Amino acid sequence: MNLSRNWLLQYVDVSDIDDKTFCDGMTDSGSKVEGYEKLGEDIENVVVGRVLEMVRHPDSDHMWICQVKVGPDRVEQIVTGAQNVHVGDLVPAALSPSKLPGGVTIKAGKLRGVESNGMLCSMAELGLDAHDCPGKFEDGILILDGSDEDIGRSVNEVLDLNDTVVEFEITSNRPDCLSVIGLAREAAVTFNRSLKIQAPEVRHPDRKDSIDHYLKVSIDCPDLCLRYMGKVVKNVKIQPSPQWLRRYLRASGVRPINNIVDITNYVMLEYGQPMHAFDYRMIEGKQIIVRRAQEGEPFKTLDEKDHILDSSMMVIADGKKACALAGVMGGANSEIQPDTSVVVFESACFLGTSVRRTAQKNGLRTESSSRYEKGLDPENCQNALLRACELIEMLECGTVVDGEADVYPGKTPLYQMPFEPERYNQFLGTDIPESAMIDTLTRLGCVVSNGKITVPSYRADLRCMNDIAEEVVRIYGYNSIPSATFRAEATQGGRTPRQQYVFNMENTLLGIGLSSIQTFTFVSPKNYDKIRLPEDSALRRSVVISNPLGEDTSVMRTTAVPSMLEVLSRNNNFSNEQVSLFEVASIYLPKESVDELPDEKTRLVVGMYGNKKNFYTLKGVVEAVLRASGIKGASFKSCSDDQIYHPGRCARVVAEDGSVLGIFGQIHPLTAQNFDLTVTSYVADLDLDALFAHADLHCHYTPLPKYPAVSRDFSFICDEELEVGELEAVVSRAGGKLTETVSLFDIYRGPQVGEGKKSVSLHVVLRAKDHTLTVEEAEKAASKIRKDVEFKLGLNIRS
Amino acid sequence: MREKLEQIRKEALQNLADVNADLEEIRVRYLGKKGELTSVLRSMGQLSPEERPKIGQLANEVRESIEQEISRRAAQAKDLLLQAKLKSEKIDVTMPGEEPSVGHLHPLNRVQREMEEIFIGMGFSIAEGPDVELDYYNFQALNIPEGHPARDTQDTFYISDKVLLRSQTSPVQVRVMEKQKPPIRIISPGRVYRSDALDATHSPLFHQMEGLVVDKGITMGDLKGMLETFAKKMFGDSTRIRFRPHHFPFTEPSAEVDVSCFVCGGCGCRVCKGEGWIEILGAGMVHPFVLSNCGIDPEVYSGFAFGMGIERVAMTRYGIDDIRLFTDNDARFLNQF
Repeated sequence: MNLSRNWLLQYVDVSDIDDKTFCDGMTDSGSKVEGYEKLGEDIENVVVGRVLEMVRHPDSDHMWICQVKVGPDRVEQIVTGAQNVHVGDLVPAALSPSKLPGGVTIKAGKLRGVESNGMLCSMAELGLDAHDCPGKFEDGILILDGSDEDIGRSVNEVLDLNDTVVEFEITSNRPDCLSVIGLAREAAVTFNRSLKIQAPEVRHPDRKDSIDHYLKVSIDCPDLCLRYMGKVVKNVKIQPSPQWLRRYLRASGVRPINNIVDITNYVMLEYGQPMHAFDYRMIEGKQIIVRRAQEGEPFKTLDEKDHILDSSMMVIADGKKACALAGVMGGANSEIQPDTSVVVFESACFLGTSVRRTAQKNGLRTESSSRYEKGLDPENCQNALLRACELIEMLECGTVVDGEADVYPGKTPLYQMPFEPERYNQFLGTDIPESAMIDTLTRLGCVVSNGKITVPSYRADLRCMNDIAEEVVRIYGYNSIPSATFRAEATQGGRTPRQQYVFNMENTLLGIGLSSIQTFTFVSPKNYDKIRLPEDSALRRSVVISNPLGEDTSVMRTTAVPSMLEVLSRNNNFSNEQVSLFEVASIYLPKESVDELPDEKTRLVVGMYGNKKNFYTLKGVVEAVLRASGIKGASFKSCSDDQIYHPGRCARVVAEDGSVLGIFGQIHPLTAQNFDLTVTSYVADLDLDALFAHADLHCHYTPLPKYPAVSRDFSFICDEELEVGELEAVVSRAGGKLTETVSLFDIYRGPQVGEGKKSVSLHVVLRAKDHTLTVEEAEKAASKIRKDVEFKLGLNIRS
Repeated sequence: MREKLEQIRKEALQNLADVNADLEEIRVRYLGKKGELTSVLRSMGQLSPEERPKIGQLANEVRESIEQEISRRAAQAKDLLLQAKLKSEKIDVTMPGEEPSVGHLHPLNRVQREMEEIFIGMGFSIAEGPDVELDYYNFQALNIPEGHPARDTQDTFYISDKVLLRSQTSPVQVRVMEKQKPPIRIISPGRVYRSDALDATHSPLFHQMEGLVVDKGITMGDLKGMLETFAKKMFGDSTRIRFRPHHFPFTEPSAEVDVSCFVCGGCGCRVCKGEGWIEILGAGMVHPFVLSNCGIDPEVYSGFAFGMGIERVAMTRYGIDDIRLFTDNDARFLNQF
């Protein structure tokens, strides 16, 4: 809402308050100011001048040398190239030096050798257009109306250009403040000034005539239309509005059109009540019917756009056809024309939700519809309607026909509630005197008496104790509320075990050199092709956004791996040589019905590429995750059936109970290619929910060994296919209770062991809990290891 | 004999004075079993009983002085050796260190953790709710019925008529109040979604942190006091806060809350756009409709709620001018945190 401070002065005198103080004060009392603009400030030292004499420029075939009287005793020579100026005209003369809109400065100079002490201005040069200066010649110097008394006056004054426009952000609960009067009321309370609002009055109606001769109004849908009022004006002369009215509209951001249209806009801005004017010629059957549209009913709005209506929409119709889309826009068929002579003013109250739906369905959001949406006051219709007619009389552009149509099915009594001053103070933590509360509420339009508050009709937002407390405190001042420390029953705050687990896990990963990332949870469905998910994969079914911004963000992801691959690829494109990243990532697995909430799961996704990184670097991270979770006995099963990963360099992490904790590996070259990932990358996709379910976060102390250990090294020659894990398992089992650790320390491939073979060297530590191992015991265990490996795996011992 | 002893001392010390002297050889020559001093002592028997203790004493003195000199020279030599070794081991300390790699916490996580710690310290727990949420929790239960104009200001992504991507973290309030009776003191950080095209200052996905306190006798003064404490801990002890009336459907009274600019302290700078204040929070007293809707009697209990954007705090705090950096995850960006 843009408010003209000049206009505001009609209702409340705040002229002594500077712009900044005014804006801060209004913001602090609840009418938030977004900013303000001083109009006319960009024009300086441009005055009204009378052209006394014009002679042709000796060196130009189109320029004129004018002698312009710009003050009682001051005449300046100004050269102009315009052809519409005549001796005797009043013109805007920019003197030297002067400023014009757009940062233009005018200084005395010579034009083809002839001195010119300024410039005569066109309307465009003053920042105006034909709507500001109706009837004036657009492509030349602006010829002003006026008399000798105006000579030397600044054009800002003569054309009413100076004003301050304050831009308010009005919240949706205060449609009453989308009006000059509403804001005047707020300003009056805020700055403790008196409010001057006069009830509008039609002084000279044609009492011999009656609206009954013109119109009968009926409402077919009282559930959607709370009130419909109409008045008829005859002998209408369509002409431009006077300058003061045009300037107010301009300052409010509305373009002046003609007197009738301008009056409807003026009243809407002044009272907050949308108005409409019909050309009475086009109303057929002398009746106005407020009804639901018929299914498929065609309608052309006055912006010349065609719409197909349905029965959820409301129209204003005559006996034969729809003439307006109620509360949204008028029809092309009944628009005010230059020769309109009888006008019907509409001032109505339509149900907000209905107007909102109609506006949305037709893609037409207008100044009118956005006001109705917020829920307007049906009591306001009458004043607005009378004001429009009052303006007709003021502008002398028509005769108001006596009587008015008023159908009011939505009339409700004024709302009342108890006045509870102590409760307000208790709730706010304040000590505001009762008298101050009564004063504030009264100034805001409430009536406080006998322990009751009667709420004015325009404040439908005041319905409960909190609402009244807010009114009281916003005027008292939010910042005057003393800060307190609440005393309440103690609560046990902190993280849940799961939140703590995730928190610690993040710390573990940070500690071993991985950085956390944040990615979008909505993705492109093409991601599933890019990671080469099988056509029948359940993961291809996503929660789909019905109104996405674009395909790239149209489904909720069922896997977070593509997000990681995108980040890796982007980093590689940025020439970051190596990265190690992780994300605690949400995924969304849909249920059968779209009306059911999906399962939201948490994955831990790790991604890395760069120098010295290989499968085992990643596996080390996975092992660290398992260790930090206290998960023992998990195994790694090689896996070649997941198309994301290299078939020979991928493993599943399987818990002791057989449940899968995740998968990890080197990215398959074809998957990498789909992400333009030109560097060998490694990704782990772990199930954080399963990890937490398997986590053992209690620490146990195992007594330190009392007896020394014996170690033995073994080397086995085996086929390349044999997995070290399997060999280790056999060795570990063969050692029985004595096995403490089995660790790989070397793998050798070469001519000595032969093609397709490898030599695996293991370091085995043996220890007994209760005594020092004898040489015999150790030797027995070692030979059992050799035997088991030989029999169970069929291998040779290398040494 | 006396002269002999003095002679040995003089000679031995002379020999030891030579920088290249072989200390072991000198020790053997003079003090060894067959050494010169030993042989002199062996002939002590020839002396008179009066002479013997005097010569004995002298002989001991000579031995001691030679021994002392040898050990002094030995220590000196060892020291020289050490010096030489240390000198040869000198390295270039300006060469780069081998820093163990430590990961970087994403700035959004970082700010979120900081806020969590402050509220946990004040007895809050962390509540979580789904991203994909029912219209009921996101709007209706928060006093934003179908057709309410507030729905327009939060352009919402819908899955179906009943299901949407939450446009605020406030639905978690409702979920908590449905399950838990007062006293309630929770924060709920999380992702929220709004249909805004991605540019330098807008993102269709961002993070909020919501807070809720419900108990008997909670006042608006309590809300102010608590936010003041939070602001001081988050932005520094000298931080002040300012309330401006506002409207949210689920709180009444409602306020927008500014904190004094933590860069310029309120004098006006680039970060606060010359205002001296930065808008950080929305807050208010929980609307009685919301309470009673969750089965909490507004005649008995009252409460307050507040919410803030985590991106906004992170951007002002770290001077980040483009919201897209958060989701680009460029290592050069991440490594700065």
